[in-house]
This record gives sequence, C-alpha cells and structure tokens, in this order.
Amino acid sequence: MIFIGTLEGFGKYVSMIGSLFAKPEKFSMYWRETMRQMYDIGVGSFWIIAIVGTFIGAVTAVQFSNKLLTFGFIPMWWMGSMTRDSMILELAPTISALLLAGKVGSNIATELGTMRITEQIDAMDIMGVNTRAFLLGPKILGGLMIVPSLIIMAMLLGTIGGAIAGELGGYYSWEEYKYGLQDDFQPKYVRLMFIKSIVFPFLITSIACFKGFYVKGGALQLGKASTDAVVYSSIAVVVANFVIAFLFL
Amino acid sequence: MIQVHDIRKSFGAQQVLKGITTEFTPGQCNMVIGKSGAGKTVFMNCLVGLVVPDQGKIELNERNIVPMNQKEKSVLRKEMGMLFQKNALFDSMTVEENVRFPLDMFTAMTIAEKQERVNFCLQRVNLPSASHKFPSELSGGMMKRVALARAMVLNPKYLFCDEPNSGLDPQTAIVIDELIQEITREYQITTVINTHDMNSVIGIGDKIIYFYEGEKNWEGSNKEILHTDNERLNDFIFASEFLKEIRKLNYK
Repeated sequence: MIFIGTLEGFGKYVSMIGSLFAKPEKFSMYWRETMRQMYDIGVGSFWIIAIVGTFIGAVTAVQFSNKLLTFGFIPMWWMGSMTRDSMILELAPTISALLLAGKVGSNIATELGTMRITEQIDAMDIMGVNTRAFLLGPKILGGLMIVPSLIIMAMLLGTIGGAIAGELGGYYSWEEYKYGLQDDFQPKYVRLMFIKSIVFPFLITSIACFKGFYVKGGALQLGKASTDAVVYSSIAVVVANFVIAFLFL
Repeated sequence: MIQVHDIRKSFGAQQVLKGITTEFTPGQCNMVIGKSGAGKTVFMNCLVGLVVPDQGKIELNERNIVPMNQKEKSVLRKEMGMLFQKNALFDSMTVEENVRFPLDMFTAMTIAEKQERVNFCLQRVNLPSASHKFPSELSGGMMKRVALARAMVLNPKYLFCDEPNSGLDPQTAIVIDELIQEITREYQITTVINTHDMNSVIGIGDKIIYFYEGEKNWEGSNKEILHTDNERLNDFIFASEFLKEIRKLNYK
C-alpha cells in the first residue's frame, strides 16, 4: 500500500513537472514572477548563506589545523587546498542546499498551500490561468537561476573564512594559505559544484511546489505539507549528492 | 445561456448529483438553494469545469464543457467570472493589483487602458478609495466588492457566485445582492448563485432551483417560492420558529 502510494505520488510529481512546459499565457507576467522569485530566494537567503558559509569555512580550517598540528609532519599551507576543496566539493553546495531546503522549501510550500486552501488557486483556474505553469514554473526557474550564485558566494566566503580563522588562531599565515589555495587545483571539482548547484535547487523548489500545490484540508495539513517539503527535499539533496559524487568524480 | 442536461456525479459510492436538468438565461439571477450536502457546490464546480460529471452535458452557449480538455476549458473560462465564498483574493496583491490581474494576464491593453478599466470596475462596486489597500486591511463587505470587481473586469458572459453573502451582516448582504443583480442586468450576464440566504433568494432570485439530496426538487421564481406547497422546500425556507410564525400570520 505504501509502495503504491509512493508510486502514485511520484507519478503526480512527474506529471506536475511535465505541465510546467506549457506555453505561457503572457510571457511578461511569467518573467515578472520569475524575477520576483529570484529576489525572494536570492535576497531573502543572502545573509544566512553568507554567515553560514563563512563560519563553515572557518570551523573547517580550525578543526583540521588542530588535527594537522598533532601529526606535525604535514605542512600547514596544505590547509588552503583542503579548505578550498571541502568548500567546493561538499560544504558550499550541500550545506547551502540544506539551509535553503529549510528556508525556501517551507516558504514555497506554505505560500502555495495557503493559496490552495483559501481558494486563490481555484480563482486563478477559473480565470483560465494555467496555475501549474504560472505558480510553479517561476519558483523552480527562479531557484535554478539564483541558487548557483548563492552557492558560489558560500564557497568564496567559506574559503575566506578559512583564511581569517587560520590567521586569528595563529595556525598559518595568509601567504601559506594562498599557496595552498593554488596547489593542485582540480577544475572538475568546480564542474561538480555547478552540477550540484543546478540539481539541488531544482529538487528543493520542485518538491516544495509539489507538497504545497496539492495540499488538501486546513491548517494542520498545511503545517504537515511545509514540514514534508523540508524533510523530503533534504533527503533528496543528500541522496542526489551521493549519486552526483558517485557518477561524476 | 447555460443548459444543463441530466448531469450525474458520484464520489465513490455516494451519488452527489442525480440527474440535474435545467437552464439559466442571461440577464437573470439564477439561484441554487438547498441544505448543506445537497450537492450545490459540486453542481457549481461542474458548471465551471472544476469537477467533471460522470454523465450529462453542460452547454455554455452550445459549447459542452464536460468533454473539454484543460486547454479548451482555459479558453472558455476567460468568459467566466467567479465570486468565491471566501473571496479568494490574492493576499500578496493590493486591491488594484487583484482587479488588474486578469487584464495583465489575458489582454494586450496599455497600462493606461488597464488603469481606466480597473478604476471603472472599482467605481462600479462603490470602492474607489481602497485601491492601494491589501485584502487583509478590508472588511468582509469590501472584500466581496473587490472580488466582484475582479470577476467582472474582463466583461464575463457568465458569473458564478458561491455563497456571496456568507459572513456578511444583513445590510451589507443586501448591498452585495443588489450589486450582483444590477451588474447581471446591465451586462446581460448569465449569473448562477449558490446560497443559503433566504433574503437573497426572495430579493433577487429571478429563477430558483431547490436541491434535495442531489436532485432538483423544485424550480420557480422568487414570486412563486413563498406560495409553494412543496413541503420539503417550505421546511427549508421557513426553518426557524420566527419565520414559521411570520408565515402563519401571512396566511391569516
């Protein structure tokens, strides 16, 4: 029974994604909505991603520096390369995506769910608006367009955070760190980060849209949809993270 | 003109509509009344194409909406306006943006033309001064007026109202009723209203259909409804002791 329910839900999700590729009633309205979503997701999440990105880079540098000091034989400039790779490969895309799953995911699910239970979506349907394309498309597209830049920002700030933490803690100098940053740079890691920064926002926004758009009931179901959006999109992100690493590394 | 031929709808084992046949003419306020659970909302949802009946035809000016796909329905729906029980105003938009939304979405009008049309509609529902307010800042009656302005902004041929007086005080309810009636007559709209409000039914019901357990049990006008000998309908209309007393006095 659970299996059939899951399969049914997945079918509905795929059908929802398919319905996004409809001809817009008016391109300018869809574009305006996409811009609004980009602003909401991008500006709304800027500070949290910036702060968390910086501190994640800093704490990575501090913890690994302490470990390296106990070994004694590994040069401290290596911390630059270690922090850079950690941020590019894992910390910037995944931690940012998990934060966005909580913030943006619940926001989207609640917004759409409220529109559903207060009949705002029905009102648009009656007007002849393709509600799936108009309400969901710009959210997903907006996420795909703005989240990669948030992830790049997290990566850059995390790397800078590592440098600051090393200097403040007296573990290594900026020159050592810079040397490490330039050592053994692998462009494929950046490609991998870009793949993640496209796949993760797609999963977060589409799952949140799915959970919010198909809400039935009242406040209780709305709360559950919002929680489900966060839980399912977080799980999807970590699973996709593994699959991408497995396929592309 | 809306013609309904023998529509039936079941949800699981429960048959909600049991072969409804009727027609609604333009320029009239067509009221659908009945107890909660009688099938009025499902009937209304069938008329606008939100629910597909299991059987029967619903023709809006000879175009059957039942077999239409989503795309065809979208085209037809541009001729419809709907007033929802909970108003369904877009809460992230101001009054003006709510009313302008259908124009933005479906017309190639210039900004000035749209503004003129929005102002006209808000003026028509006696709400010219609230254009920059958000729905949360409005009273129930004002929200209904905004919803009505939005419903009429594209000059609809059909207007569907689901419990338009729900949550309104009797005086505001009369104002909304009169507004719906005026607009219906002025623009020759085919208006269908789901209601429990007997004041509305008596006041503006040019044609009234009484639903009882998914069937059309009675059909007539507001002049006929007070003198019907249909016992079920009388029980429904004169439900309270107060109204029963008034009826007795009238008969005396």
